[in-house]
Formats: sequence, structure tokens, C-alpha cells
Amino acid sequence: MTTDPFTPLRTALALLSIDPAGLGGLWLRARHSPLRSAVIDALALRRMPPTVDDEQLFGGLDVAATLAGSKPVRRQGLLDGTPLMLTMAERTPPALAGRLAAAMDAGTLPTLVLLDEGEEDGAPAALTDRVAFHLSLDGLRLPPGVEPDFSSSVTPGEVETPPAALEALTITAARLGIDSPRAVLFALRAARAHAIHAGRATVTDDDMAAAAALVLAPRAMIVPDEQVDAPPPEQAENRPGEATAPEEMLVEAARAALPPDLAERMALARRRAAKGSGAGARRHGNRRGRPLAPRPGTPRSGDRLDLIATLRAAAPWQRLRRTASPDDTRPVLIAREDLRLKRFEDRSDRLLVFAVDASGSTALARLAEAKGAVELLLAAAYAKRDHVALIAFRGKEAEMLLPPTRALVQAKRRLAVLPGGGGTPLASALALAHETLDAAERRGLSPGLVLMTDGKGNVALDGGTDRAAATAETERLARTVAATGHPALVVDTASRPQPGARQLAQLLEGEYLPLPRADATRLASTITTALAP
Amino acid sequence: MTQPFPFSAIVGQDEMKRALILTAIDPRIGGVLVFGDRGTGKSTAVRALAALLPPIEAVENCVYNSSDVKTARGLWDAPKDAKLVSRPTPVIDLPLGATEDRVVGALDIERALTKGEKAFEPGLLARAHRGYLYIDEVNLLEDHLVDLLLDAAASGENVVEREGLSIRHPARFVLVGSGNPEEGELRPQLLDRFGLSVDVSSPADVATRVEVVKRRDAYENDTAAFLKRWRAADTKLRKAILAARDRLAEVATPDETLEDCAALCLALGSDGVRGELVLVRAARALAAHEGAETVTRAHVRTVAPSALRHRLRRDPLDEAGSGARVARAVEEVLG
Repeated sequence: MTTDPFTPLRTALALLSIDPAGLGGLWLRARHSPLRSAVIDALALRRMPPTVDDEQLFGGLDVAATLAGSKPVRRQGLLDGTPLMLTMAERTPPALAGRLAAAMDAGTLPTLVLLDEGEEDGAPAALTDRVAFHLSLDGLRLPPGVEPDFSSSVTPGEVETPPAALEALTITAARLGIDSPRAVLFALRAARAHAIHAGRATVTDDDMAAAAALVLAPRAMIVPDEQVDAPPPEQAENRPGEATAPEEMLVEAARAALPPDLAERMALARRRAAKGSGAGARRHGNRRGRPLAPRPGTPRSGDRLDLIATLRAAAPWQRLRRTASPDDTRPVLIAREDLRLKRFEDRSDRLLVFAVDASGSTALARLAEAKGAVELLLAAAYAKRDHVALIAFRGKEAEMLLPPTRALVQAKRRLAVLPGGGGTPLASALALAHETLDAAERRGLSPGLVLMTDGKGNVALDGGTDRAAATAETERLARTVAATGHPALVVDTASRPQPGARQLAQLLEGEYLPLPRADATRLASTITTALAP
Repeated sequence: MTQPFPFSAIVGQDEMKRALILTAIDPRIGGVLVFGDRGTGKSTAVRALAALLPPIEAVENCVYNSSDVKTARGLWDAPKDAKLVSRPTPVIDLPLGATEDRVVGALDIERALTKGEKAFEPGLLARAHRGYLYIDEVNLLEDHLVDLLLDAAASGENVVEREGLSIRHPARFVLVGSGNPEEGELRPQLLDRFGLSVDVSSPADVATRVEVVKRRDAYENDTAAFLKRWRAADTKLRKAILAARDRLAEVATPDETLEDCAALCLALGSDGVRGELVLVRAARALAAHEGAETVTRAHVRTVAPSALRHRLRRDPLDEAGSGARVARAVEEVLG
């Protein structure tokens, strides 16, 4: 292997051009850069934003042309068997991901290139699972003045695959903790394409090593063991005999290509898995809820035509139009500007952000009780289909245990293993809560904050134990949160009600509830009334 | 349109396959809910089942696959010169972001605008009648669509009252949903609508995994040859399903079986009697499938986890596998 940093990229693009349908495509994570542009130019695909609607995807009736021509005029959709490039893939809503995944399975979308800006949330797993290559351009830079050529022209052909190849790749995938059988299939295809690329008639170890590095390594969930004779226990019992040379070599190849930030990515993957219906519940506000006055517009998918309002708008013009076009035989002459769309106002979903104080002072007294209370509230949230987010704070800073989700089992699981002890970084918790509330509001949710603490913040934002600075910061941040106008509730977890927590509630302009007097049901009903949107 | 993967060629996942076959034998069992990881063959199995099932007789041009010329309905009026044609069992995909119009049907705007005619554009519920309605990522489905589905599934009828349309047509379908529980909860009302529920996971041993990939690779490399290789197995299964359907009415259900089912549901504290009903029906379908003349305790035992797993009155936060709880109750009650 050469040390050219562009080799994986170059190889992936070449292989993709050899077997575009079999390999499904490419997930490219990169910020804007000349290199990224060069890759995009080399791919030369039709581009599609994540805001694409069904009509553009599947084709549909061109209302304007239909009205003008008095006969149905159809528009061709994007899913017509040509490869596509999805820009800003990290913003793909679940519904679009579902449709594209179905189209990829059905063959109407043979190849998909996912362009990801490399932000925290990646493209949906339903799509990344269906493309062979996951590439990141981080750390790659074009030397100035170089015009790279990523185009490739190799004629596809037939190659032989030795029967052992499949087994070796499967075992390698298992050792890297990859569950999806799709990964192995992609690796197999990549190995074949690599053989074609190299002009061979049979898949060799080189091809398989390249496939393992390109396809399997980026999907790795665990770092494979160094020792051959100590495979991970869960696979040990199921493996037929000792590892043989080929998969050892493949694991080696994959290990060499493992991303350095594997641990972080694994955490990210888990967090992403927990995100779930958060984005799915976004309200478009045009299908249900309280009806609003109709507005003029051209119906696209997701919109509903208000027929009565449309006819009403067309009515005054009938005589004029009839005179203007006496040959038109339509009983009612409707023009594009008559079309009216139905609109509805809908209440957005609620998000409860729980910030739980797990510091030493609380841990000693009542962390278990606070956990119990949160669990109870989670059960209530489940019944009301609320979203929840969980922030814990102890030691140096607050931590987002669970980003907004409806997967309550996750919330409970994270909460159960939450340890106690350390300082009280109340200011940090408020900062994180503010961020979460803000982000949730931008996503169209109605957020509320439940803060469970004794109010004795003693760790400043920089992690230092300066009580005065901590108090000042807490007050400032509490005011900031209050200014957003989101409902807040402070549950005092101290063994005896403290002025600190009550004061905090006042600063937050929220409700105050001391836990000692709060039995389970009372707590739940207080939350419901205090945080009613 | 690509040919679906043959049902018989799916490696492992026996519980899922059994649940799908049982609903094919007796659609009154209700739907199937498949929860599990990505790439475990959930969608593959559902699509494969459709190809496996025998075609249905339906009136040509009827929007909801009616089997009777008298009740058939065209886009607006009864179709002219109605005759019966053979169609594959419908398996309709319900995409997550589908609009209400697409699901229940709506006024055909195209015809209304261009010809000034009032016509009904049938929705997915009409097309799924007498077949399967498949929802991938069912736990992410928007609530208002869930409501629509619950209405239709409960009444077996789709009622459209909108934009000057007043239409009702039968909509009896087997609801098949799949999803990943990590991504969100399913509403309990919808959960209860599924007759059977199965959990699938990636195969743990390497040999099975190799076989999965091997077959998939063979299928994609030479689909025709692969289908040919598995045609005999699929045909055998199809005949078994048809034979089981015929036998179903004759399978005796002794009172002891009913008592077993009741005792089991009581022990698990499942709500309502839907659990008992599904359990009895599924056990009967299994007996018919195995060619038995009477439903026995063994049949009940086999289907109990699928039929009851999702009906336990549970703490929504309980993460202990409910399958284990059912197994324990089966052990205690049935010995």
C-alpha cells in the first residue's frame, strides 16, 4: 500500500464507478473544501436536497400545466433509476430516509451519494447502512495548485470469488462488531470490483484487504483484539475452530484503517440511535388540528386543496373567462390563482428536559428518591406521548445523558446507572438546559424544564470550585433561561427545603416544589399543571 | 420490478417466518409486529411472503379487490363488464410520511380539475384489502395516521367523508409492522392491534451469517437461477398454507385448550380477551399447518410467546424481555 492519503478516496470512487448499483453508493462526510468540490465534480450526479417532496421524488401532476392545457400533464420524478446525490444528508427527515431506503431496495434508486457536512448528527442509519463506503475527508487537504482527477474509467467484467472469501469477510465483520449482513455483502462486492480494477480475474487477498479497510473498518463498533487466541467472548463459542490466516489478515487491514476517533463515534452512534422519533414528530401544520383560513397556493404533496374556497375564488370570474375563451367546454373555469390550500393549526409536541443533580450533597440525601421521581414522571410522559431529555450534573460539568427522544427505556437505563458524588455544577447544567430548550424550540417542540436540585451550586462554568463565581453564573444563566419564557419547575431535593432552590425557582420564573412533601402522584400532577404549554 | 427473495431461502428467523405463515393461514389472527435490528431480513420476509401466497380472484378494475361482481366498485361507478381476474395477493407499503389522502383515498383532483368530474381516488387502504399492509419503522408513524389505521383495522371498513365525497368500502388487511425499538415506543393501542409480535436479532454464529450472505449474494448475482432453485420449496410451502386453510375449520379446539389459554392470559394479567382469542386462533392455525386434528397444549406453548409478548400490562419502562415473562408463565401454567 502506498502512503498517499488520497488512496482510499480514489479507490472508493473507482470501485463505485465499476459497480455503482451493487455497492449502493457512498457516504461522504466533509465540510466545504476544494477537495470536496473536486470529489463532487468527479461523481457528477443529480443533486437533491433533504427538503425534496414526494411530488419531486415520485413525479406527479403538474397542476399549472394541467390547468393551462386542460389535459393531465405529468412530471417525471427523481426516482427513475438514475443515481442521485443527497446534499445535507444529516438533515434528512425520517420519512424521506424511509422512502429513499425503500427505493434503494426496489431498485428505482440504484446509487445514492450522501453528502454530510460532518456535523454532529450524521445521515440517517437507514441510508448509511445501504451504501458501501463511508468516507471522511477530515484531515485531507489538496496541495495548492493541484487539480486532482478522481474520474475513473474501468470496464466492468467478471471475476471469480474463492469460496473462502465470503467466510473470511463474515468472520472479520463479526470480530469488528458489525451486525448488519449488508456490510459483508458490500465488502464482497467491493473485493470483486477491486479485482476488476486491478485487472485480475480472481479475487485475491489484496482485494479482500482493500475491501475490509474500505467497507468494514468505518463500520467497526469494537476494536478487534490483538491476540489471535483471545477473540471476544461472545464470538468465541460460536467460531468454528481457530481463526485462520485470511481473516486475521483482513482484521489487520481493517484495524489499520480504523478511524482514530472510534470511541467517540461509537458514543455518537449510540446517541443517534436513541434520537428516534424526535424529528419524526415535527408538525407540518397543514393536515390536522384547528382549521385556519385557507391560503392561495399550488398544492404540492402534503398540502390539501380547499375545494370550496377554490370554487369561491373562481366564481366571480366565470362570466369574464367564459367570454374570453368561449370554446372552453369545462363547466367551471378554474385558473391557477384560484387554488386555495387548507391550513391547520396544530399544537406541537411537548419536550420535558429533566436536569438531575447527582452531586455529593444530593447523592447522600436523596438521589435515589429523585431518580424514583423522574421515573414516575417518565411514565407520565409516556402516557402523554411527550418527548424527554435527560441532563445529569455532578463533578466538573453537566452532561447530556439522553438527547430529546421518546425512547423512554433509554432514559430509564441511563438514569439507573447514574452515579452520585462530586461538586454541584449548577451553572453548567443551566447552560446545557438552555441550549437544549432553545434547540427544541427551533425544531418546533414546546419544551419545559424540570430541575431537580438542592440549589447549592458550587462549581463554576470553568470547572473551578469558586462558590461566589458559581453563584453569580447560576443567577445569570437562570435569568437567561427565564427570558426564553419556557415553563420551569424546580424540585427541591434537599432533606429540608432550602432557600437556594426556592430562589432559583424565582429566578427561573418557575414553580417550586419541595420533594419531602411531594409524594409520587402529587409530583406528577404538579408537573402537568406547572408545565402545561 | 425486481423479483422478491424466496421465502424458503430466508435463513433462520423461524419465529418470524412462523408468525407470517400463521397469519396467511388465518388472517383473523391479526397483524404481525416485527421488532429488531437493521438488516435482519424484516422487509425481505414480508415481501417474500407476498410472492409466496396464492393469487386472489378479484373483479377487474375494482379499486378494492372485491371478489364479488355485485359489490365491486370502479373509480366512481360499478365497473362495466366486470369479470374476475387473478391478481397477486396485494402487499401495500405504507410510507412513514404518507398523507391522509394517500391512506384513505380522496377526491381525484386531476379529474375534478380537467374534466369537471367527481371521482374517487382510492387510497392505500383500498388497495390493501384482502392482502397485507406493510409499515416499516411503524414506531415512527405519525399519530394521526395511527388513528386512521386503528379505525380501519377495528371496523374492517374504510369510511371517507370529505370534500363532498361519501364513500365506504371494506378494508380488511393484515397489518405487518416492523421497527427498531431503540428508536421509539409504539403506542399501546396500536401494539394491541397486532395479533402476533416477534423479536428478531442478527444471527450470532458465524456459520449462519455466512449462509445469509451467501444466499443473498447468489440471489443478487443470478436472480433467475436462485429463484429456480428455491421454487420447489416455495411451492411446497404455498400448498401447505392452502391445505392448512382448508383444514382450519375442521381442527377441533377442545375445552381444555380454551382453559389453558384463559389461564395463561390470567396469569400474565393481559388486558381484555384479545389475547385469548389470538392465542386460540394462532394455535389452531399452527395445528392446521402441522396437519393435526386437534389443538394441543404443545401448539399453545409454541405460539404463546408471539401471541402474548406485547400484551402484558407492563410498566412502560420495563426493559426486561417480556418474552421471558411469557415463557415463565407458560412453564408455570402449562407445566
